[in-house]
Amino acid sequence: MNTLVNTRMNTRATLRAILEPLLAGVLALLVLCGLLAVSGYPVRDSLTALWQGAFGSWSVLASGTLVRATPLLFTGLAVAVAFRAGILNIGAEGQLLIGAAAATAVAVHLSPAFGVAGLLLALFAGVCCGGLWAAIAAVLRLRFGVLEVISTIMLNVIALNITGMLVRGPLQEPTHTFPQSALIDQALRLPRVIPGTRLHAGVVLAVVTALTIAWFLRATASGFRLRMTGANPPAAASAGKIDVARVTWLAFVASGAIAGLGGAVEVTGVTYALYENLSPGYGYTAIAVALLARLNPARAIGSAVIFGALEAGASAMQRDAQVPAGMVGVAEACVILVLVASEWIGPRAGKGGRLIRGGTPRPGPTTTAPAT
Amino acid sequence: MVIPAGTDRTVSTAAPRLALDSIRRSYGSVLALDDANLSVAAGEVHALLGENGAGKSTMMKIAYGLDQANAGTIRVDGVVATLRSPRDAMARGIGMVQQHFALVDAMTVAENVALAGVDMFSLDATAAMIRRIGEASGLSLDPDAIVRDLPIGAQQRLEIVKALARRTTTLILDEPTAVLSPQESAELLEWIRRFADSGGTVILIAHKLREVLSVADRVTVLRRGRTVLTAAASDVTESSLANAMLGEAAVRATVTEQARSSTPPGATVLSLHGVSVVDAAGVERLRGATLDVRSGEMVGVAAIEGAGQRELLRVLAGRMAPTRGTVQLPDAIGFAPEDRHRDAVILDATLTENVALRGAGQRRGIVAWNRLRATTTAMMRARDVRADSEGATMRTLSGGNQQKLVLGRELADAPAALVVENPTRGLDIRATADMHAALRAARDAGTAVVVYSSDLDEVLLLADRIVVVAAGRVRDVPSDRDAVGRAMLAGIA
Repeated sequence: MNTLVNTRMNTRATLRAILEPLLAGVLALLVLCGLLAVSGYPVRDSLTALWQGAFGSWSVLASGTLVRATPLLFTGLAVAVAFRAGILNIGAEGQLLIGAAAATAVAVHLSPAFGVAGLLLALFAGVCCGGLWAAIAAVLRLRFGVLEVISTIMLNVIALNITGMLVRGPLQEPTHTFPQSALIDQALRLPRVIPGTRLHAGVVLAVVTALTIAWFLRATASGFRLRMTGANPPAAASAGKIDVARVTWLAFVASGAIAGLGGAVEVTGVTYALYENLSPGYGYTAIAVALLARLNPARAIGSAVIFGALEAGASAMQRDAQVPAGMVGVAEACVILVLVASEWIGPRAGKGGRLIRGGTPRPGPTTTAPAT
Repeated sequence: MVIPAGTDRTVSTAAPRLALDSIRRSYGSVLALDDANLSVAAGEVHALLGENGAGKSTMMKIAYGLDQANAGTIRVDGVVATLRSPRDAMARGIGMVQQHFALVDAMTVAENVALAGVDMFSLDATAAMIRRIGEASGLSLDPDAIVRDLPIGAQQRLEIVKALARRTTTLILDEPTAVLSPQESAELLEWIRRFADSGGTVILIAHKLREVLSVADRVTVLRRGRTVLTAAASDVTESSLANAMLGEAAVRATVTEQARSSTPPGATVLSLHGVSVVDAAGVERLRGATLDVRSGEMVGVAAIEGAGQRELLRVLAGRMAPTRGTVQLPDAIGFAPEDRHRDAVILDATLTENVALRGAGQRRGIVAWNRLRATTTAMMRARDVRADSEGATMRTLSGGNQQKLVLGRELADAPAALVVENPTRGLDIRATADMHAALRAARDAGTAVVVYSSDLDEVLLLADRIVVVAAGRVRDVPSDRDAVGRAMLAGIA
């Protein structure tokens, strides 16, 4: 009888895993159709433009969707790693910007003679500075108990303004006319993987990163510590003798480093220069990417492609059907709401095991339980 | 006194102020109250006593409308009352001060009283009322003081004033002296006496028997959800109350004899010397505890809630560093804490992952999942853990099966010592028997076992030797029910 119940529950869980994203997608599409119809846009033509802009041709897929999906995958992985460790890192946006700024700073100051080594150095700078930027929020949380949800959002604003300051000051292009950095030399850019498209080697790096993280979480002792710390910190500390603070610290910095790599890849692979509005909110869409993937790094690849397609398609829709891209943004937000809400509905409701285990304060020293 | 319109006054004069008859309340499979009775006359101080988990708080939550009984009747002044919420109870003049105050720290005294929702929201009127109540009752408070700045005793006065502002005539106090200094306690008890003498009614949940006998008119004792004694305070003594609270264990005591270890204990495994633990709030939970536990013996720890056993067990298990004193512990110690879901398992992880949790802090490199899966499967077979497979999530297992797996995990690397805290809490009879057998088997295999249970009978049943923790101090006590019971209550009586 036990077996029966368990089997039924497992089947149901699998069903939920498939049905929920599907339901979210259908709902988002309905909301988008409704918005288009209410605003007086031709629904059919708009959706056609969206589809064509995302998957219309190989070159659109490579130059549009996959190029957009790359920073979404990096930041999505950053969010997934943090959330799996029980850290609500909303700061991927800022970590990406700092990573981009650091990579640019290194690349524009290096001689082209460095070649691939110079490129790697620039990427490495992005990784380090993204991690350092996250470390600020990590210190605030572990030393002073500042909620990372708040600190990382604040740090996003600071990062954006630092970027703005850099492109008008120390990193401004030689003519001092435009708010942007000098162009990164050809020799220090990420190579194109498909000639004639904008698809760069960063996409390969992103997929390799995703698979590496998936393997790390599943197979290694450190990955196991990270998952268990995120799932139940008191049990991880008591039963596993895991140093919860240390794991939290490392996961937070790693999360920032991954987002920082995303920023470095963006400047060396796509923009070739640092701009203030380098990111159209990749670090925020990343939360949706991670949630749609159920915080699973391998699944985040597919999830990033979906959101990359939506972003690329939205641009095309705006260009070809004159529909504001913001409409797609509304539909994207609906996906997140449905996914998060579904966590509180169904058999597991109210029993924990939620996707986002945030909001629970870290347990302090154990105190005596209240008497009955 | 509040008497609903249309009530027959001739009935109410003879009827008790508040009566709970044959109350039954179960939470899932756990029966918290079963045929519990309480009858409180108007103008008396009535003490409600019982061990932890006896059902005192549940009973009072039902009387205050915070919880509803599955069966039984509540009568207020002889009239059957349905209390769906505290609002219903307040309408009948019943108020309650819970152990954990319901105050807004950042607000003033007057704002907190105004929040209680008496009349129109007017801070001036509320402040005037607080002063008026202060003069009439002696519970003086500054209406403009911020709650955060008040000492704990004043916060408690504020809770009482909040209740009085709602024209409460029957006041339920849940362990009010637990948080107070001796001086504050004495003042509160005096006030309780005066309140009752002036016509009020008080139901007092308390642990400290001497205190209870000094103020109460009558006492009711609950044990395992049943009323076992109701008497005038003048007809009972501290020891008769203790006996009623702890119960007789004639039947289970006979089993105890056969279960004692037949071999003499071996070398000392766990050793504490002069160990003190001071918690984050600066309270000394454990005071100079000295204890040796030897290989092949089962040491039982008996204590009432909050006596310091929680800290003692965690120090013994190597899960808490002492503030002072020396400890000698082996590297591997098994530990099964009482709050399984919080401290021992990860409900959304698989059984294998839960087993892998032991030693996770020291593990390096790649996890040998195949070996761990095999270990888990073998452990499930050996410990009779009923589950789909090692890949099932912990959540799908019953409490008994979860606990069996936890114990299996904690004993898997043959640790020199095992510390268990309320090992059978929430388990049914069969799972309890299995757990007891497993603990004895570990002891017989040479493990130094420390077992704490809030159920004294369980400690007596399992232990080769008993130590009592009272008010943070640890001492050896003969394995005799009366002696242990007296020692448990010694620190607080």
